[in-house]
Amino acid sequence: MSSTAMTPAPVVAEAPVRTRKLMKDGRPRSLFSIITMTLLCILWTLPTIGLLVTSFRSRDDAQANGWWHALFNPFGTSWTTDNYRRVFEDADLGNAFLNGLVVALPATILPIMFAAFAAYAFTFLEFKGKDVLFIAIVAVMVVPIQVAFQPMLNLLGPNGLGISGQYISVWLLHTGFGMPLAIYTLRNYMATLPYSVVESAKIDGATHYQIFWKLVAPMAMPAMAAFATLQFLWVWNDLLIAKLFLSDNNSTVIVKLQGLLGTQGQGQELLTAGAFISMVLPMIVFFSLQRFFVRGLTSGAVKG
Amino acid sequence: MSAATESVVAAKQPDAPSQGANVAKIAIGLGGLIVTAWALGNLFLAMGFYPEWFLDSKIIIAIVALIAGVGGAALLFWFLNQFIEGLPVRLSEGVMPYAFLLPGFGLIAMMLIYPTVQTVNYSLANRDSTEYVGFANYKEIFGSSEFWNAIINNLLWLLIVPAVTVALGIIVAVVADKLSAQGEKVSKSVIFLPMAISFVGAGAIWNLVYAYSDESQSQVGLLNAIVTKFGVPPQTWLQLDTAKLNSLLMMVILIWLQVGFAMILLSSAIKGVPEDTLEAARIDGATEFQIFWKVILPQIRTTIITVFITVVILVMKVFDIVYVLTNGRDNSDVIANLFFNEMFANSQAGTASAIVVVLLIAVLPILWYQVKTFREEQMNR
Repeated sequence: MSSTAMTPAPVVAEAPVRTRKLMKDGRPRSLFSIITMTLLCILWTLPTIGLLVTSFRSRDDAQANGWWHALFNPFGTSWTTDNYRRVFEDADLGNAFLNGLVVALPATILPIMFAAFAAYAFTFLEFKGKDVLFIAIVAVMVVPIQVAFQPMLNLLGPNGLGISGQYISVWLLHTGFGMPLAIYTLRNYMATLPYSVVESAKIDGATHYQIFWKLVAPMAMPAMAAFATLQFLWVWNDLLIAKLFLSDNNSTVIVKLQGLLGTQGQGQELLTAGAFISMVLPMIVFFSLQRFFVRGLTSGAVKG
Repeated sequence: MSAATESVVAAKQPDAPSQGANVAKIAIGLGGLIVTAWALGNLFLAMGFYPEWFLDSKIIIAIVALIAGVGGAALLFWFLNQFIEGLPVRLSEGVMPYAFLLPGFGLIAMMLIYPTVQTVNYSLANRDSTEYVGFANYKEIFGSSEFWNAIINNLLWLLIVPAVTVALGIIVAVVADKLSAQGEKVSKSVIFLPMAISFVGAGAIWNLVYAYSDESQSQVGLLNAIVTKFGVPPQTWLQLDTAKLNSLLMMVILIWLQVGFAMILLSSAIKGVPEDTLEAARIDGATEFQIFWKVILPQIRTTIITVFITVVILVMKVFDIVYVLTNGRDNSDVIANLFFNEMFANSQAGTASAIVVVLLIAVLPILWYQVKTFREEQMNR
C-alpha cells in the first residue's frame, strides 16, 4: 500500500538519521512507536491475561494473592483445571454453549438472507418510494432496542404468540434488530458492483431472482461475511435479549456468566473459567474472519 | 460476457416474458408460500414444545433449525418470485421490488416500528398497561432524583467515552502505521481483540482488576496492588462515587472494548490519505506534527465523525457493564439500567416505558444528523 514512503514518528523526526536502522521496506525504524505500541499492547492484554491465569488457580490460591504471583512463582501455586471441569458440571455450561450456537447461527444467517434481497432491490431496481424507504432504514438504525422489550414480551408471550422462551423468538428478534444495519451495509457494498453486468443479464432475459442468486449474491460475499462476523459476535455476546426471551433450559453462555458474576463466595472461582469459555468461540470466529470483517467495515463505513 | 451471465441465460425459462397472467405460476407461488410458511411455523414450534421428536438433542435441533431456517427463507422467496412472475408483466415489474423488500421490512416493522409506537402508548398508561394515566409517568420520572442522576451519568459517559475512544483510536492507528508490517499486524490484532469479548465477559475481566481485599491481606486486584505499593490503602473502587470514580472506572472498560473498532476504521482512512498531499506539505517544509494536524486530520474528518457517532449510539444504550458490576448502586446508574430495573425488578411498565421514550427522544438529534448526512452523500454521488 502507501506505506512504502511513510515518514518517521513526529517526536523523533528531528533525531539524526544515521542513528536509525531501516526496516525491510526501507522506512526508518521508529523507536518511539515501538515503545509506545508495546506499552499499549501490554496494557490492553493484561486484564485478559489476569483472567486466564486466575481461571487455572485454585479458589484458595486466587484469594490468597494476586494472579501475577502465580506467574512470577509458577511452582508456588497449585495449578488446576478443576474450575473448568466444575463449570461444566455444576453450572451446566456445556448445555449453555450449545444453546448459544443454536441461537447464534440462524440469527446470523437469516438477517443476511432477508437483507440481501432488500439490498438488491435498493441497488438495482427502480420503484416508487425508494428514497423514503431507504431513509427509513437509516433512521431506524439509531432506535434503541429497549423500545422493543415490553411490546415484544407481550406479543411473543403467553397472551400473544406463545413462543417467548423458545429459540425462534430470539431468532426473530435478532433478525429484526440486525436488519437495518444489514440492509444498509449490503446496499452500500452492492452499489460499488458493476451495474453493467446486471444490466446485460437483464437484457438476456434473466429474471431478478436468477440475477440475484447467480450474480449479485456471490459478488457481495465479502460484505456478507463482514456483516456475518459482526452479527455473530453481537448475538453470541448479547445478554439482554437472551436473558429476557429464553427459558432457563435454553439460556446462553452469557446469561449463565451473568448469573455467576452475581454469586459471592462459593462458586465464584467458576466465574473466571466460565468467562474464558464464553470468549473462546467469538475469538476464533473473529480471527478467522478478521480479514473480511475489516474490509467490510471499512468499505461500508469509510465511504463518507 | 462472463461465464456467470451465460449460465443465467441458459437457466431462463422459455415462457418467462409472456404478456398475460400465468395462472399456473400464480397458483404454484401462492400455494407454495402458504404450505412453506405453515410447515416452517409448525416445525419451529415443535422444536420448542416437542423436543423428543428431535431425540432431545440440541445439536439435531440446531442443524434442523439452520437448514429449515435458511432453506425455508430461500423457498419462501422462490415461491414469492413464482407468484409475481405469474402476474401480468406490467404488474409484475411494478410489484417485484416490493416483494424483495417485504420480508426485511416486515421484520423491521414488527420488531422496531410497532414496538416504538406501542412503547409511547404504554408510557401513557399505568404499571400494567391497563389504564391510561396521561403524563403521570413522565411527571414521576422527572420528579425522581434517581432519574436525574442516571441522566447526568449518561451525559458523562457521552462526554468522555466517544471522545477518548476516537482519540486513542487515532493515536494507535498513527503509531501502528510507523511499525514494520509484521509489528503493525500483531499490535493491531491485540488492540482489536477485546471487540470479540462480551460486555459481561469484560465485566468479569475487570472485576478482577478492581477487586478489593482487606488491608491486612495481600491484594488480589491489580489496581489495589498498584496503589498499595504507593502506600495508599486499598479501595472498594466500584463503590466510590467521589468525583464519579466508579462511573469513570466502568467507562474505562467500554473504552478498552471499543478502541480497536475505532482504530481499524481510522487506520484505513489514514492509509487512504493521498501520498501527494503529504509530499506537497513536506516540500513546503511542514513538520510531521503540522502534517498530521493540517493535512491528515482534515482528510479523515468524515471517518472520525462516523466512528464518533457509532460510539455515541452505543454509549447511550450502555447497559450490560453497569448491570453486572454495580447495578446502579452508589450513584452509578444509567438510563438503560434504570429502565431495566423499573421494568423487571419493580414491574412498572408505565414509568419504564416513559424512560425509554426519553431515551428515544435523546437519540432523535443523531437520527436527524444521520439522515441529513446520508442525503447529502446521495446528492454528491
